[in-house]
Amino acid sequence: MFERIGHSATAQVRFTFNGETVIGNAGDSLAAALLAAGHKVFRDTPTTAAPRGPFCMMGSCFDCLVVVDGETVQACQIPAQDGLVVTSPPVPRAQP
Amino acid sequence: MTRVDLIVIGAGPAGMAGATMAAQQGMSVLVLDEQPAPGGQIFRNLGASTAQQRQMLGPDYTAGQMLLDGLAAAPLTLISGAVVWDVDQERTVTYSKDGKAYRVKADYLLLSTGAMERPVPLPGWTLPGVMTAGAAQILMKTSGLLAKDAVLAGSGPLLYLVAVQMLRAGTPPKALVETQTPENYRAALRHAGGALRGWKALAKGARMLRELRRAGVPRYTAARDLAITGDTAASGLRFTAKGQVHHLECATVLLHQGVVPNTQITRALRLDHQWHAGQRCFHPVLSPWGQSSHSQIYVAGDGAAIAGAKAAEHAGQCAAADILRCAGRITAAQRDTLAASAKRNLAGEQALRPFLDALYAPPAAILRPSDAVTVCRCEEVSAGDIRAYARLGCKGPSQTKAFGRAGMGPCQGRTCGLTVTEVLAQATGQSPQDTGYFKIRAPLKPVTLGEVAALHSPAHQQPEGQDT
Amino acid sequence: METEFAIIGGGIVGLSLAYGLLRRGKTVCVLDEGDGAFRASRGNFGLVWVQSKGLHHPAYAQWTRASARAYRSFADEIETVSDLPLNLQQDGGYIIHMSEDSLDADRKLYEGLRSRLGGDYPFEVMGHNALKTEEPNIGPKVAGALYCKEDGHVNPLRLLRGLTVAVRHLGGTLRTGHKVTDVTPQGAEFSITAEDAAPITAKKVVLAAGLGAMSLGPKLGFKAPIRPQQGQIIITEKLPKLMNRPNVEVRQVDEGGIQIGASSAEVGLNDREDVATIAGLAAHAVDMFPKLARAKMLRSWAALRIMSPDGLPIYQRSARHPGAYFVTCHSGITLAAAHAGVLGDWLTDAAEQPDVSAFGEDRFDV
Repeated sequence: MFERIGHSATAQVRFTFNGETVIGNAGDSLAAALLAAGHKVFRDTPTTAAPRGPFCMMGSCFDCLVVVDGETVQACQIPAQDGLVVTSPPVPRAQP
Repeated sequence: MTRVDLIVIGAGPAGMAGATMAAQQGMSVLVLDEQPAPGGQIFRNLGASTAQQRQMLGPDYTAGQMLLDGLAAAPLTLISGAVVWDVDQERTVTYSKDGKAYRVKADYLLLSTGAMERPVPLPGWTLPGVMTAGAAQILMKTSGLLAKDAVLAGSGPLLYLVAVQMLRAGTPPKALVETQTPENYRAALRHAGGALRGWKALAKGARMLRELRRAGVPRYTAARDLAITGDTAASGLRFTAKGQVHHLECATVLLHQGVVPNTQITRALRLDHQWHAGQRCFHPVLSPWGQSSHSQIYVAGDGAAIAGAKAAEHAGQCAAADILRCAGRITAAQRDTLAASAKRNLAGEQALRPFLDALYAPPAAILRPSDAVTVCRCEEVSAGDIRAYARLGCKGPSQTKAFGRAGMGPCQGRTCGLTVTEVLAQATGQSPQDTGYFKIRAPLKPVTLGEVAALHSPAHQQPEGQDT
Repeated sequence: METEFAIIGGGIVGLSLAYGLLRRGKTVCVLDEGDGAFRASRGNFGLVWVQSKGLHHPAYAQWTRASARAYRSFADEIETVSDLPLNLQQDGGYIIHMSEDSLDADRKLYEGLRSRLGGDYPFEVMGHNALKTEEPNIGPKVAGALYCKEDGHVNPLRLLRGLTVAVRHLGGTLRTGHKVTDVTPQGAEFSITAEDAAPITAKKVVLAAGLGAMSLGPKLGFKAPIRPQQGQIIITEKLPKLMNRPNVEVRQVDEGGIQIGASSAEVGLNDREDVATIAGLAAHAVDMFPKLARAKMLRSWAALRIMSPDGLPIYQRSARHPGAYFVTCHSGITLAAAHAGVLGDWLTDAAEQPDVSAFGEDRFDV
């Protein structure tokens, strides 16, 4: 889905997403690194468990939410760094 | 609490130009920007860009270097990575950086938070693989990532710009699907004066189209009934053009229908706003210098009204000049001299707008989508739901929010606000002005309770990574 | 337009009264103002709450308790008519105390009320360990709680919407977006003037307009000695289940977010939230539930609630203008069942009606 141009000399970062290792470039946001690695679904919505991925990439839509260190964050606003443990936000108990 | 003369929120072209001028004229200036480096969206990552990226993104991008250099040289304080989450009328600004909240007070505020993409609600727009054209450009600018076989759909100069940038990078879009109709062109030509002034912009647009045509990028015009197909992810775009139904298979659909001012802060401050029929959005009510309905709060750039990066730079300077006058540091005559060329250039850029607004006006199906389309992405509220609340008696967004939760999610109405207003206005027969907009309240961006608690008592500040 | 009962105010109180009257076969028209109104119905905590009410006024304690007991069947009716789940949960609730002293002080007040009610007042004192068994996520600073098994909570916004649907379904007229500016007795009837609307004539008028009663009350011969009380509330992102029962300051709503509140300040008609107050609410919430430190605050709001001099409801028939009624209260959610239920007998002067004399305005006579 996404191709990387240039940047072959850029340092790499290694983190996990839902237990899977993801390799990105230094300077990527978490969202960019995840998209580059082929992850297009970041979470399921709390309302209907519908799959969502990033939409605006500028911190406005809040669709790219992930959990890092116990905190829900926008993946497009967080730099990808070595050793981060990233997970999808848990879907709260089912609502009528 | 730290106190300065002027806080500038947003380091895009308006903020950079305004802050630099105010600081050069002797005001103590603090610039708060949420990105890791200044530049806003238009000049995003310019400071760290590679030669290849600059080549791909073109001269409009590199033009921002002067503003970056000016900001770096000016006697001001820049705090990057600062997420502003409260601003009050007494000009106290609360922001978070690296997990800690801070409060700072100013005599004057310059709000230059720029624009955001207009929401493009259509069937299937919430599926993974659907993004905005701006998102694709951000991925290019900051990570050198290009979408393969993407379909670009919508209206606006950014559509062509992104298409050309993708083409030059070696990953041309699969197709361009444009929603402009002949009526858009007719309406635009009524602003012939603007067309004459805007010939450079039009010529640039024509050159881009020629480049795309020569490269064989398919282009569909006057497209309607757009719908993104797919079950758990986007699989294609269906639309009707020239009487024929098309279905383009693709995993990435990039939508764009222009940009609109980001009014979260101006709304939270309860400044006066006015619906603008030409731009189909709300603008904060401003004096010609950018002074809002609160005399010590100014707004400049696309956050005031969409007029582009060059206009933003000039508007930032005009605002700074008037802030200096309002603060008694210069006279009105000195202000006029200081901002003379900025004011002239701003007028020139603004004169283009009616023509461009008409040319790229979003179609009714996007502004007031059909019942099944999701309007509030966060809470999954459809256009039909909103019309049902209107039938129950909801007259405005606040009651609609109470009835169906539209606007209650983490994006705090950024993505659904304008659509909710338009759908309600249509359903109730009121004007968008009378219908109003969501009431915006703190926090402007989500912030942890721990960070907020620490403002009350430092004992609540948790060290990084501590588990409770 | 002519109607039997005109109800000024389309919030929880007005709609509950309308529902009750419609169920009694009356013709009802509800008048509500525009979207920008203050609307305490959007600024409450969603509690259906018994404990701590009427500690010095047994009549109010009993009125509250009766409403809570009638709530299940009230909610069932609204759910059936509107097809909307209200998520009423009445499994008990707490008032959490951070010190032994404050816990003890309140315990004594509850015991005083219990003895005045002949022993019939449900509550338990829970120490830290007992509370921790029920609510594993409470923090070490929590001293304990007062628990009442009849406390509970409901989705207040669904209730508002459900009542709206129910009122329309039962044939009530609901006129929104038209603020009532004047109400004039005309012979045995009342003429009601509203913005951008033709006047309405009604045989009876019920003033349930929240803070609007400050200006409209005197026109009908009421003292309406009410004032705005500002309360600020925080709500977090949706989270997995963290608490089993609501407490009066923190509850997990059915959608999953944690609701925290509320402050209480007399600042006139000021509905602005402020960071200092919000920070205090956040700090207190984190003291009670330390896990909340990592939770993201999504929004806050400030609402203006209605306060009478003693905090109790006011139910008053107008002596000067028979046919006019004044209904106001602080706990519109808790009392919705009573307002939709037995209070209708008072409004219609039925042979059997509740004794609400304790809530008349003459108690304010000096």
